[in-house]
Amino acid sequence: MLRYALSRAVSLGLSLLVASVVIFAVIEVIPGDPAAYMLGMNATPDAVAALREQLGLNGTLVSRYLSWAGGMLTGDFGVSYTYKVPVADLVAQRLWISLPLALYALALSTLIAFPVGLLAAARRGGVTDYGIMGTTQLGIAVPNFWFAMLLVLVFAVNLRWFSAGGFPGWQGGLLPGLKALTLPAVALALPQASILARVMRSALIETLGQDYIRTARAKGLSRRQAVLRHALRNALIPVLTIIGLQFSFLLAGAIIIENVFFLPGLGRLVFQAITQRDLIVVESLVMLLVFAVIVVTFLVDLAYAAVDPRLRRRT
Amino acid sequence: MRPGAQLWIGAGLSAVFLLAALLSFAWTPHDVTALNIADKLKPMSATYPLGTDHFGRDILSMLMVGARTSIAVALVAVGIGVGLGVPLGLLAAANRGSLLDEVVMRGNDLIFAFPSLVIAILITAVFGPSALNAILAIGIFNVPVFARVTRGSALSLWTLDYVLAARVAGKGRLRISVEHILPNITNLLIVQGTIQFSLGILAEAALSYVGLGAQPPTPSWGRMLAEAQTMIYTNPALAILPGLAIVAMVLGLNLMGDGLRDLLDPRVRRARG
Amino acid sequence: MIRLENLSVTIHGAEILSAVSLDIAPGKVTGLVGESGSGKSITALAMMGLLPHGSTASGHAWLDEGDVLAKPEREMCALRGNRVGMIFQEPMTALNPLKTIGDQVAETLMIHRRTTRREAMEIARQRLARVGLPADRFPLNRYPHELSGGQRQRVCIAMAVALNPELLIADEPTTALDVTTQAQILDLLQGLVAEEGMSLLLITHDLAVVSGMADHVAVMQAGRIVEQGPTETLFRTMAHPYTRKLFAASSHQPARMPQAEDTALLCVDRAVRDYATARIGLFGKPGRFRAVNGVSFTLHRGESLGLVGESGCGKSTLTRAILGLDPLQGGAIRLGGQEIHAGPHLDASIRRRMQVVFQDPYGSFNPRWRVERLVAEPFHLSDGRPADMRDRVARALDDVGIEPGAMDRYIHEFSGGQRQRIAIARALITNPELIVLDEAVSALDVRVRAQILDLLARLQEAHGLAYLFISHDLSVVRSVTDRVMVMKSGEIVEEGPTETVFAAPSHDYTKALIAATPTIPADWQGEQHA
Repeated sequence: MLRYALSRAVSLGLSLLVASVVIFAVIEVIPGDPAAYMLGMNATPDAVAALREQLGLNGTLVSRYLSWAGGMLTGDFGVSYTYKVPVADLVAQRLWISLPLALYALALSTLIAFPVGLLAAARRGGVTDYGIMGTTQLGIAVPNFWFAMLLVLVFAVNLRWFSAGGFPGWQGGLLPGLKALTLPAVALALPQASILARVMRSALIETLGQDYIRTARAKGLSRRQAVLRHALRNALIPVLTIIGLQFSFLLAGAIIIENVFFLPGLGRLVFQAITQRDLIVVESLVMLLVFAVIVVTFLVDLAYAAVDPRLRRRT
Repeated sequence: MRPGAQLWIGAGLSAVFLLAALLSFAWTPHDVTALNIADKLKPMSATYPLGTDHFGRDILSMLMVGARTSIAVALVAVGIGVGLGVPLGLLAAANRGSLLDEVVMRGNDLIFAFPSLVIAILITAVFGPSALNAILAIGIFNVPVFARVTRGSALSLWTLDYVLAARVAGKGRLRISVEHILPNITNLLIVQGTIQFSLGILAEAALSYVGLGAQPPTPSWGRMLAEAQTMIYTNPALAILPGLAIVAMVLGLNLMGDGLRDLLDPRVRRARG
Repeated sequence: MIRLENLSVTIHGAEILSAVSLDIAPGKVTGLVGESGSGKSITALAMMGLLPHGSTASGHAWLDEGDVLAKPEREMCALRGNRVGMIFQEPMTALNPLKTIGDQVAETLMIHRRTTRREAMEIARQRLARVGLPADRFPLNRYPHELSGGQRQRVCIAMAVALNPELLIADEPTTALDVTTQAQILDLLQGLVAEEGMSLLLITHDLAVVSGMADHVAVMQAGRIVEQGPTETLFRTMAHPYTRKLFAASSHQPARMPQAEDTALLCVDRAVRDYATARIGLFGKPGRFRAVNGVSFTLHRGESLGLVGESGCGKSTLTRAILGLDPLQGGAIRLGGQEIHAGPHLDASIRRRMQVVFQDPYGSFNPRWRVERLVAEPFHLSDGRPADMRDRVARALDDVGIEPGAMDRYIHEFSGGQRQRIAIARALITNPELIVLDEAVSALDVRVRAQILDLLARLQEAHGLAYLFISHDLSVVRSVTDRVMVMKSGEIVEEGPTETVFAAPSHDYTKALIAATPTIPADWQGEQHA
């Protein structure tokens, strides 16, 4: 197990290394002179030179990469050109909205999908199954940001149960914060829950056809016991893969959904940074997102090993 | 729903949008580039079947041209995915365990760490926003999807005896990949292509919604939604119609994909006799 | 006492079983034999109340006073695993990969009895020890993937007999196992019947297995029991023609004349083949596994040479090297003096002289090609397609007993036996001197197998072919080869004229193999010929 975890950790490190090189290359090498790019057409040569100095653009590519990557490792993400504050501070502030939103949505999606998928598989071919399959088919087709707009229309504009947007901050306590994130999280979770429920259903049906389920039934387990004791854990393996993938979709989706609800999260920050050509902020944010996705992949790999003994070789 | 019905409903829905998109090249009820403030925010009528937006543009015409944008972006993105992903997957499977296989698979894992939105952000940050941007972002993300599906199913075919028989007949790996492997995974690729196509429509809508996709004056469903958002209190129809278009198109494609899978999957077919 | 009375089963309207009646005596072994699709397994599943969806059963299955078919599901659950246990054919997939063997055996106990987990585990330990998996060598916390196929089948048996059921149903329990493992598992089952007084319903396609195991035999054909009786009486009389056909096919001896010449065709000289094993983690070095270790032999023109051994002995690896599919790490293989190198660059002129027929009649053909193109594929080895290609394909098909009109059909339209004939036609198309038969008849039912063996004998004589006949089935090898080699752990341990080796084996492993092969007692066979 330790050996497996260690080998996954090494591959995590390698992925991060390669990803950081790619991001660095796209942001700092392809545009030519980032300083001139950031300042736009009307910049004076003096201003460009000053910014180059500030950005440390006068070193070699390798030394610039090393100082950027080294900075990232120590939590120094550089200073935002437009906000004039350390990027790390900007990000930390916004992360407290985007990350809880993604996790909230992930929790919702999983909590909805598991029982629904299980029910559909148990009632396979029945009315319940067709109903669930039809609903999830629709759920997949709905763009989350449009669904978010409909939620605002119904629950904020008409029913006035929730506010249409904005975020009160966590200092007012957990509940007001969660309440403000509820509509966005529901909007994010619904399409993902539809996908996950379908995956859960087909994984369960596939598992229920396996020989060991027949063995379990021959032992005297009822259908229900066979599902709960034998099928569920085996079906979890493909489901875990999808949950891992979903995290990256939810994080990306959170960025878009923040726009519908005017949430001051990473999404708002990244779009502002793009408009203001603040490459330093864009570069750090992209790296952070990719970092999150790679770490989640690593965690999913560890979860596999926890579920599946075949991955934990005795050595 | 019977698989046959599913396929036909799906194909019918998709065909409606495809035809609307094709028709929009030749004719739309109104010119979508002309602004007509006098006729702004008109309700549904004989002149404007679905009403007008805040610039007085005909919603139906906008939706038709928007379908064109969506379909074009998603189609080219699937093309990129198939064009690069399938050969890579075939090569990786044909040389299983080799350095090439390793590089392709690790490369795939790496791209999976960059969701299309992140790729779009990167490209936009450097080159500025455009429809091309959306195509590239979605297309790049499609590459590992197709590479993975291709490699996975090709690997299982490589263990079959008819591939061995072809090798005994002196055929090389490349030739076997083209003659024996590819034709037998086409079904799977068609189904995956339909799925990626519908995901591409969704992704294009999301990217244009946040301004990273098609730029004005090119109408696109995502941007129509973005523009309607500020008027959602007064004119909810503006926000509802493009959304419904997206849902119907994506639903149609997904139903068609599921129907195709049931139709083409020999396991399902055999079970039905 | 378990009694089936007029048991009929239809699945989606099709009649699968018709009026099956069978008594299963307590403390005895009842054999149920038949070819695939005869309804043997459905009989067992009906008795377990585990018929597939869409099935309807009528008649009775009496277990003591109660009719199993009439019991509600809840009572059936209490019965399965408790009073009736069952084991299946494929031990590799029959166990839940995510649970330890101890847990899986203990589960049977905990489902049916009020026991604590600790007590259940203790009993599981005893039962596993009884089936030959003592806890000191096979701790209860082992997972199925850490065990071999035979060991997994033992776990399944322990699970099925954990509560000393009155009846154990074994559905082809040894078909997926090697012959020596099969003998051990059959021994174990026989011991359990003798010691614990349970009944065993042994379902198999193999007449030899029932002849050695069963007290009572029922022969099944197309959903009906055509004949049943005490084992010895049934074998001696064989009242029903189907039984006689089955018997004749399973001990079929094709008429063939040795026609080996003195010239060597295939020379394998100290061949060595290593595999890289999966690397453990990112740091681990890939291991090396020597699958073929210094094998040498010569195959003469027109000769039939057998190669027998159990799974994992290296015979498939050797075959692939001979076919030029995988490179050797040492030694050489020569065909008619020309050396065989692996890879696509092997000279077509060598490849043309050697063709192959594989085991699986279903996986051997690209489902999207028509038969003409399938059979013509080896023409890739000639320079350009011959102008009379269609004629030659037709002739090859005709040669193997397939009517040439089949050329324009797809492979799914043919039965397993017909497919194997088409595979042979494909091998013949380049007029090879050597055909490698890699378990070519192993997947076929006995009667089809007999026909294919006859066909092979006829073709050998007509075309002067040499065969390398690879099989795990000793009786088949004995009936069709001139010479035989026995392979174990990558080496050839014994080699000689077939009859000599079988009659007087010299190596211990050969002796063990022959002893483990089930046979029908010779004196039972006399009367049916009269």
